[in-house]
Amino acid sequence: MELLKEIRWSPYAVGIGIGVLSWFSFLISKEPISCSTSFARLSGVIERFFRGKQVELKPYYREIKLVLDWQGLLVMGIVIGSLISALLSGDFHLQLVPSLWATVFGNLPAPRLISALLGGACLGFGARWAGGCTSGHGISGTLQLTVSSWISAIFFFIGGILTAQILFKVIG
Amino acid sequence: MDNMRTKENNAKKHNASRLWGLVFGVLFGFLLQKGGATKYDVIVGQLMLSDFTVVKIMLSAVLTGMIGIYLMKTLGWVELYPKSGSLGSNIIGGLIFGVGFALLGYCPGTIAGAIGNGYLDAMMGGLAGIIIGSGIFAEVYPKLKSGILKKGDFGNVTLPQLFKVNDWVVVVPVAVLILFLLIWIDRAGL
Repeated sequence: MELLKEIRWSPYAVGIGIGVLSWFSFLISKEPISCSTSFARLSGVIERFFRGKQVELKPYYREIKLVLDWQGLLVMGIVIGSLISALLSGDFHLQLVPSLWATVFGNLPAPRLISALLGGACLGFGARWAGGCTSGHGISGTLQLTVSSWISAIFFFIGGILTAQILFKVIG
Repeated sequence: MDNMRTKENNAKKHNASRLWGLVFGVLFGFLLQKGGATKYDVIVGQLMLSDFTVVKIMLSAVLTGMIGIYLMKTLGWVELYPKSGSLGSNIIGGLIFGVGFALLGYCPGTIAGAIGNGYLDAMMGGLAGIIIGSGIFAEVYPKLKSGILKKGDFGNVTLPQLFKVNDWVVVVPVAVLILFLLIWIDRAGL
Protein backbone atom coordinates (compact mmCIF):
# COMPACT_ATOMS: atom_id res chain seq x y z
CA MET A 1 0.00 0.00 0.00
CA GLU A 2 2.90 2.34 0.73
CA LEU A 3 3.94 1.93 -2.90
CA LEU A 4 0.63 3.40 -4.09
CA LYS A 5 1.25 6.55 -2.02
CA GLU A 6 4.62 7.28 -3.58
CA ILE A 7 4.68 10.35 -5.83
CA ARG A 8 6.93 8.85 -8.48
CA TRP A 9 7.67 5.37 -9.69
CA SER A 10 10.67 4.41 -11.79
CA PRO A 11 9.96 5.16 -15.47
CA TYR A 12 11.09 1.63 -16.31
CA ALA A 13 8.53 0.12 -13.90
CA VAL A 14 5.81 2.37 -15.36
CA GLY A 15 6.81 1.44 -18.93
CA ILE A 16 6.81 -2.28 -18.16
CA GLY A 17 3.40 -1.84 -16.52
CA ILE A 18 2.02 -0.15 -19.66
CA GLY A 19 3.53 -2.92 -21.80
CA VAL A 20 1.84 -5.61 -19.68
CA LEU A 21 -1.41 -3.62 -19.84
CA SER A 22 -1.19 -3.73 -23.63
CA TRP A 23 -0.97 -7.56 -23.54
CA PHE A 24 -4.27 -7.72 -21.71
CA SER A 25 -5.99 -5.13 -23.90
CA PHE A 26 -5.09 -7.24 -26.97
CA LEU A 27 -6.06 -10.46 -25.22
CA ILE A 28 -9.29 -9.42 -23.50
CA SER A 29 -10.61 -6.51 -25.56
CA LYS A 30 -8.93 -7.16 -28.92
CA GLU A 31 -8.11 -3.44 -28.92
CA PRO A 32 -4.76 -1.65 -28.92
CA ILE A 33 -4.57 1.23 -26.43
CA SER A 34 -5.14 4.50 -28.31
CA CYS A 35 -6.76 7.81 -27.43
CA SER A 36 -6.98 10.54 -30.04
CA THR A 37 -10.01 9.42 -32.07
CA SER A 38 -12.17 9.90 -28.98
CA PHE A 39 -11.41 13.63 -29.05
CA ALA A 40 -12.53 13.76 -32.70
CA ARG A 41 -15.75 11.97 -31.73
CA LEU A 42 -16.28 14.42 -28.87
CA SER A 43 -15.78 17.27 -31.34
CA GLY A 44 -18.41 15.74 -33.63
CA VAL A 45 -20.84 15.22 -30.76
CA ILE A 46 -20.50 18.88 -29.72
CA GLU A 47 -21.05 19.98 -33.32
CA ARG A 48 -24.09 17.68 -33.57
CA PHE A 49 -25.52 19.30 -30.42
CA PHE A 50 -25.48 22.71 -32.13
CA ARG A 51 -26.12 21.79 -35.77
CA GLY A 52 -28.22 18.65 -35.53
CA LYS A 53 -28.13 15.11 -36.90
CA GLN A 54 -26.80 16.14 -40.33
CA VAL A 55 -23.33 16.39 -38.77
CA GLU A 56 -23.24 12.58 -38.65
CA LEU A 57 -23.27 12.59 -42.46
CA LYS A 58 -19.88 14.31 -42.71
CA PRO A 59 -17.53 11.82 -44.42
CA TYR A 60 -15.09 11.75 -41.49
CA TYR A 61 -17.79 11.10 -38.90
CA ARG A 62 -19.24 8.35 -41.11
CA GLU A 63 -15.88 6.64 -40.87
CA ILE A 64 -15.24 6.99 -37.13
CA LYS A 65 -18.94 6.94 -35.97
CA LEU A 66 -20.07 9.32 -33.23
CA VAL A 67 -20.53 6.76 -30.46
CA LEU A 68 -19.14 6.26 -26.97
CA ASP A 69 -17.03 3.16 -27.52
CA TRP A 70 -14.28 1.21 -25.73
CA GLN A 71 -11.74 3.92 -26.46
CA GLY A 72 -14.00 6.70 -25.17
CA LEU A 73 -14.29 4.88 -21.85
CA LEU A 74 -10.53 4.28 -21.86
CA VAL A 75 -9.92 8.06 -22.07
CA MET A 76 -12.39 8.70 -19.23
CA GLY A 77 -10.63 5.98 -17.26
CA ILE A 78 -7.30 7.79 -17.71
CA VAL A 79 -8.74 10.90 -16.03
CA ILE A 80 -10.00 8.79 -13.11
CA GLY A 81 -6.80 6.71 -12.78
CA SER A 82 -4.58 9.77 -12.78
CA LEU A 83 -6.83 11.47 -10.22
CA ILE A 84 -6.68 8.42 -7.92
CA SER A 85 -2.90 8.22 -8.21
CA ALA A 86 -2.47 11.96 -7.56
CA LEU A 87 -4.84 11.95 -4.56
CA LEU A 88 -3.15 8.89 -3.00
CA SER A 89 0.27 10.53 -3.15
CA GLY A 90 -0.87 14.07 -2.35
CA ASP A 91 0.30 15.16 -5.82
CA PHE A 92 -3.05 16.65 -6.88
CA HIS A 93 -2.71 20.40 -7.52
CA LEU A 94 -4.97 22.88 -9.26
CA GLN A 95 -2.39 24.62 -11.39
CA LEU A 96 -2.78 26.87 -14.42
CA VAL A 97 0.78 27.83 -15.33
CA PRO A 98 3.36 25.01 -15.22
CA SER A 99 6.65 25.97 -13.54
CA LEU A 100 8.88 25.36 -16.58
CA TRP A 101 6.65 27.65 -18.66
CA ALA A 102 6.65 30.27 -15.86
CA THR A 103 10.46 30.41 -15.64
CA VAL A 104 10.66 31.53 -19.28
CA PHE A 105 7.35 33.23 -20.08
CA GLY A 106 6.20 34.39 -16.65
CA ASN A 107 3.23 33.65 -14.45
CA LEU A 108 0.42 35.29 -16.45
CA PRO A 109 -2.37 32.83 -17.31
CA ALA A 110 -3.33 34.29 -20.72
CA PRO A 111 -0.12 33.47 -22.68
CA ARG A 112 -0.11 29.92 -21.33
CA LEU A 113 -3.78 29.39 -22.14
CA ILE A 114 -3.27 30.70 -25.68
CA SER A 115 -0.26 28.42 -26.25
CA ALA A 116 -2.26 25.47 -24.88
CA LEU A 117 -5.21 26.29 -27.13
CA LEU A 118 -3.05 26.68 -30.25
CA GLY A 119 -1.00 23.63 -29.35
CA GLY A 120 -4.14 21.60 -28.72
CA ALA A 121 -5.52 22.60 -32.13
CA CYS A 122 -2.31 21.46 -33.90
CA LEU A 123 -2.28 18.29 -31.82
CA GLY A 124 -5.88 17.39 -32.64
CA PHE A 125 -5.48 18.27 -36.32
CA GLY A 126 -2.13 16.50 -36.63
CA ALA A 127 -3.31 13.36 -34.84
CA ARG A 128 -6.16 12.99 -37.33
CA TRP A 129 -3.86 13.73 -40.28
CA ALA A 130 -1.34 11.10 -39.11
CA GLY A 131 -4.08 8.66 -38.07
CA GLY A 132 -3.05 8.38 -34.42
CA CYS A 133 -1.20 9.85 -31.47
CA THR A 134 1.58 9.07 -29.01
CA SER A 135 -0.37 6.11 -27.63
CA GLY A 136 -2.02 4.67 -30.76
CA HIS A 137 1.04 5.11 -32.98
CA GLY A 138 3.77 5.82 -30.41
CA ILE A 139 3.22 2.83 -28.12
CA SER A 140 0.58 0.41 -29.50
CA GLY A 141 1.64 0.82 -33.13
CA THR A 142 5.40 0.68 -32.65
CA LEU A 143 5.13 -2.39 -30.42
CA GLN A 144 3.31 -4.16 -33.27
CA LEU A 145 6.20 -3.06 -35.51
CA THR A 146 3.77 -1.17 -37.77
CA VAL A 147 5.54 0.87 -40.44
CA SER A 148 3.06 3.79 -40.33
CA SER A 149 3.46 4.01 -36.55
CA TRP A 150 7.27 4.05 -36.52
CA ILE A 151 7.29 6.84 -39.13
CA SER A 152 4.65 8.82 -37.21
CA ALA A 153 6.34 8.39 -33.82
CA ILE A 154 9.69 9.57 -35.20
CA PHE A 155 8.08 12.66 -36.75
CA PHE A 156 6.08 13.43 -33.58
CA PHE A 157 9.41 13.80 -31.80
CA ILE A 158 11.20 15.62 -34.65
CA GLY A 159 8.37 18.20 -34.78
CA GLY A 160 8.16 18.37 -31.00
CA ILE A 161 11.89 18.75 -30.35
CA LEU A 162 12.32 21.43 -33.04
CA THR A 163 9.30 23.41 -31.80
CA ALA A 164 10.39 23.19 -28.15
CA GLN A 165 13.89 24.43 -29.03
CA ILE A 166 12.49 27.38 -31.03
CA LEU A 167 9.94 28.20 -28.32
CA PHE A 168 12.32 28.15 -25.37
CA LYS A 169 15.67 29.11 -26.92
CA VAL A 170 14.74 31.52 -29.72
CA ILE A 171 11.46 33.13 -28.58
CA GLY A 172 11.84 32.65 -24.82
CA MET B 1 -37.63 -15.17 -29.23
CA ASP B 2 -34.23 -16.73 -29.73
CA ASN B 3 -33.29 -13.86 -31.95
CA MET B 4 -34.20 -11.37 -29.24
CA ARG B 5 -32.20 -13.29 -26.68
CA THR B 6 -29.14 -13.30 -28.94
CA LYS B 7 -29.53 -9.56 -29.41
CA GLU B 8 -29.75 -9.02 -25.66
CA ASN B 9 -26.73 -11.21 -25.09
CA ASN B 10 -24.80 -9.34 -27.74
CA ALA B 11 -25.69 -6.02 -26.14
CA LYS B 12 -24.56 -7.32 -22.76
CA LYS B 13 -21.30 -8.59 -24.21
CA HIS B 14 -20.80 -5.25 -25.93
CA ASN B 15 -21.30 -3.34 -22.66
CA ALA B 16 -19.01 -5.72 -20.77
CA SER B 17 -16.28 -5.27 -23.38
CA ARG B 18 -16.72 -1.49 -23.31
CA LEU B 19 -16.35 -1.53 -19.53
CA TRP B 20 -12.97 -3.20 -19.93
CA GLY B 21 -11.96 0.03 -21.70
CA LEU B 22 -12.71 1.91 -18.49
CA VAL B 23 -10.68 -0.60 -16.43
CA PHE B 24 -7.68 -0.38 -18.76
CA GLY B 25 -8.03 3.41 -18.80
CA VAL B 26 -7.94 3.68 -14.99
CA LEU B 27 -4.79 1.53 -14.86
CA PHE B 28 -3.17 3.42 -17.76
CA GLY B 29 -3.95 6.80 -16.15
CA PHE B 30 -2.66 5.61 -12.80
CA LEU B 31 0.64 4.50 -14.38
CA LEU B 32 1.02 7.70 -16.43
CA GLN B 33 0.58 9.82 -13.30
CA LYS B 34 3.02 7.72 -11.27
CA GLY B 35 5.53 8.05 -14.09
CA GLY B 36 5.22 11.85 -14.17
CA ALA B 37 3.92 11.77 -17.75
CA THR B 38 0.87 13.84 -16.83
CA LYS B 39 3.12 16.84 -16.18
CA TYR B 40 3.96 19.64 -18.64
CA ASP B 41 7.47 20.00 -17.18
CA VAL B 42 8.28 16.33 -17.78
CA ILE B 43 6.95 16.24 -21.35
CA VAL B 44 8.51 19.53 -22.44
CA GLY B 45 11.69 18.50 -20.56
CA GLN B 46 11.81 15.49 -22.88
CA LEU B 47 11.38 17.66 -25.99
CA MET B 48 14.13 19.98 -24.66
CA LEU B 49 16.24 16.79 -24.25
CA SER B 50 16.87 17.59 -20.59
CA ASP B 51 14.62 14.94 -18.99
CA PHE B 52 14.37 11.49 -20.59
CA THR B 53 11.47 10.17 -18.49
CA VAL B 54 9.02 10.03 -21.41
CA VAL B 55 11.40 8.13 -23.70
CA LYS B 56 12.27 5.71 -20.87
CA ILE B 57 8.57 4.99 -20.27
CA MET B 58 7.78 4.61 -23.97
CA LEU B 59 10.75 2.39 -24.82
CA SER B 60 10.17 0.10 -21.80
CA ALA B 61 6.49 -0.16 -22.76
CA VAL B 62 7.30 -0.96 -26.39
CA LEU B 63 9.96 -3.53 -25.42
CA THR B 64 7.64 -5.31 -22.95
CA GLY B 65 4.56 -5.02 -25.12
CA MET B 66 6.28 -6.15 -28.33
CA ILE B 67 7.78 -9.33 -26.86
CA GLY B 68 4.52 -10.35 -25.14
CA ILE B 69 2.27 -9.57 -28.07
CA TYR B 70 4.45 -11.30 -30.67
CA LEU B 71 4.72 -14.29 -28.33
CA MET B 72 0.92 -14.43 -28.06
CA LYS B 73 0.63 -13.95 -31.82
CA THR B 74 3.00 -16.88 -32.42
CA LEU B 75 0.86 -18.98 -30.05
CA GLY B 76 -2.25 -17.91 -31.97
CA TRP B 77 -3.82 -16.10 -28.98
CA VAL B 78 -4.03 -12.60 -30.45
CA GLU B 79 -4.03 -10.90 -33.81
CA LEU B 80 -2.42 -7.60 -34.72
CA TYR B 81 -4.19 -4.35 -35.61
CA PRO B 82 -1.62 -2.39 -37.63
CA LYS B 83 -2.77 1.04 -38.84
CA SER B 84 -2.45 1.79 -42.52
CA GLY B 85 -0.49 4.84 -43.53
CA SER B 86 1.30 6.84 -46.17
CA LEU B 87 4.26 9.19 -46.31
CA GLY B 88 1.90 12.16 -46.81
CA SER B 89 -0.17 11.17 -43.82
CA ASN B 90 2.46 10.04 -41.32
CA ILE B 91 5.26 12.53 -42.05
CA ILE B 92 3.21 15.72 -42.44
CA GLY B 93 0.65 14.71 -39.80
CA GLY B 94 3.48 13.67 -37.49
CA LEU B 95 5.18 17.05 -37.82
CA ILE B 96 1.94 19.02 -37.22
CA PHE B 97 1.27 16.82 -34.19
CA GLY B 98 4.83 17.47 -32.97
CA VAL B 99 4.33 21.25 -33.12
CA GLY B 100 1.19 20.86 -31.03
CA PHE B 101 2.92 18.41 -28.67
CA ALA B 102 5.54 21.06 -27.79
CA LEU B 103 3.17 24.05 -27.64
CA LEU B 104 0.64 22.26 -25.48
CA GLY B 105 3.05 20.09 -23.48
CA TYR B 106 0.63 17.17 -23.38
CA CYS B 107 -0.57 14.58 -25.89
CA PRO B 108 -4.11 13.19 -26.26
CA GLY B 109 -3.54 10.43 -23.67
CA THR B 110 -1.53 12.43 -21.17
CA ILE B 111 -3.88 15.43 -21.38
CA ALA B 112 -6.61 13.19 -19.95
CA GLY B 113 -4.15 12.33 -17.18
CA ALA B 114 -3.22 16.00 -16.73
CA ILE B 115 -6.90 16.89 -16.26
CA GLY B 116 -7.16 14.22 -13.55
CA ASN B 117 -4.02 15.67 -11.99
CA GLY B 118 -5.72 19.09 -11.68
CA TYR B 119 -3.89 20.97 -14.44
CA LEU B 120 -6.14 23.76 -15.63
CA ASP B 121 -4.12 24.67 -18.73
CA ALA B 122 -4.89 21.15 -19.99
CA MET B 123 -8.56 21.40 -19.11
CA MET B 124 -9.30 24.95 -20.28
CA GLY B 125 -6.82 25.52 -23.10
CA GLY B 126 -5.62 22.19 -24.40
CA LEU B 127 -8.86 20.22 -24.42
CA ALA B 128 -10.71 23.01 -26.23
CA GLY B 129 -7.85 23.20 -28.74
CA ILE B 130 -7.90 19.46 -29.50
CA ILE B 131 -11.66 19.56 -30.02
CA ILE B 132 -11.33 22.54 -32.39
CA GLY B 133 -8.38 21.02 -34.29
CA SER B 134 -10.15 17.67 -34.72
CA GLY B 135 -13.29 19.47 -35.90
CA ILE B 136 -11.33 21.45 -38.50
CA PHE B 137 -9.83 18.20 -39.77
CA ALA B 138 -13.28 16.61 -40.14
CA GLU B 139 -14.30 19.68 -42.16
CA VAL B 140 -11.35 19.53 -44.59
CA TYR B 141 -11.09 15.72 -44.68
CA PRO B 142 -12.97 15.28 -47.99
CA LYS B 143 -10.37 17.51 -49.70
CA LEU B 144 -7.38 15.66 -48.22
CA LYS B 145 -8.73 12.14 -48.38
CA SER B 146 -7.64 11.01 -51.82
CA GLY B 147 -4.86 13.59 -52.28
CA ILE B 148 -2.11 14.27 -49.75
CA LEU B 149 -3.26 11.57 -47.31
CA LYS B 150 -2.72 8.92 -50.03
CA LYS B 151 0.69 10.23 -51.23
CA GLY B 152 3.22 7.42 -50.84
CA ASP B 153 0.60 4.98 -49.58
CA PHE B 154 2.03 1.76 -48.14
CA GLY B 155 -1.01 0.27 -46.42
CA ASN B 156 -1.13 -1.40 -43.02
CA VAL B 157 2.16 -3.22 -43.36
CA THR B 158 4.39 -4.26 -40.44
CA LEU B 159 8.19 -4.44 -40.58
CA PRO B 160 8.31 -8.29 -40.76
CA GLN B 161 5.81 -8.16 -43.64
CA LEU B 162 7.77 -5.41 -45.39
CA PHE B 163 11.01 -7.42 -45.20
CA LYS B 164 9.12 -10.68 -45.90
CA VAL B 165 10.73 -12.44 -42.93
CA ASN B 166 9.58 -14.38 -39.86
CA ASP B 167 8.33 -12.02 -37.09
CA TRP B 168 11.15 -12.93 -34.72
CA VAL B 169 13.82 -11.95 -37.26
CA VAL B 170 12.69 -8.35 -36.60
CA VAL B 171 11.46 -8.64 -32.99
CA VAL B 172 14.76 -9.89 -31.57
CA PRO B 173 17.05 -7.21 -33.10
CA VAL B 174 14.55 -4.43 -32.28
CA ALA B 175 14.34 -5.69 -28.68
CA VAL B 176 18.14 -5.74 -28.39
CA LEU B 177 18.37 -2.26 -29.94
CA ILE B 178 15.79 -0.81 -27.51
CA LEU B 179 17.55 -2.47 -24.58
CA PHE B 180 20.92 -0.99 -25.60
CA LEU B 181 19.32 2.41 -26.14
CA LEU B 182 17.80 2.31 -22.63
CA ILE B 183 21.11 1.25 -21.08
CA TRP B 184 22.94 3.98 -23.00
CA ILE B 185 20.45 6.68 -21.89
CA ASP B 186 20.73 5.47 -18.30
CA ARG B 187 24.57 5.35 -18.34
CA ALA B 188 24.70 8.83 -19.87
CA GLY B 189 22.83 10.01 -16.77
CA LEU B 190 19.96 11.44 -18.83
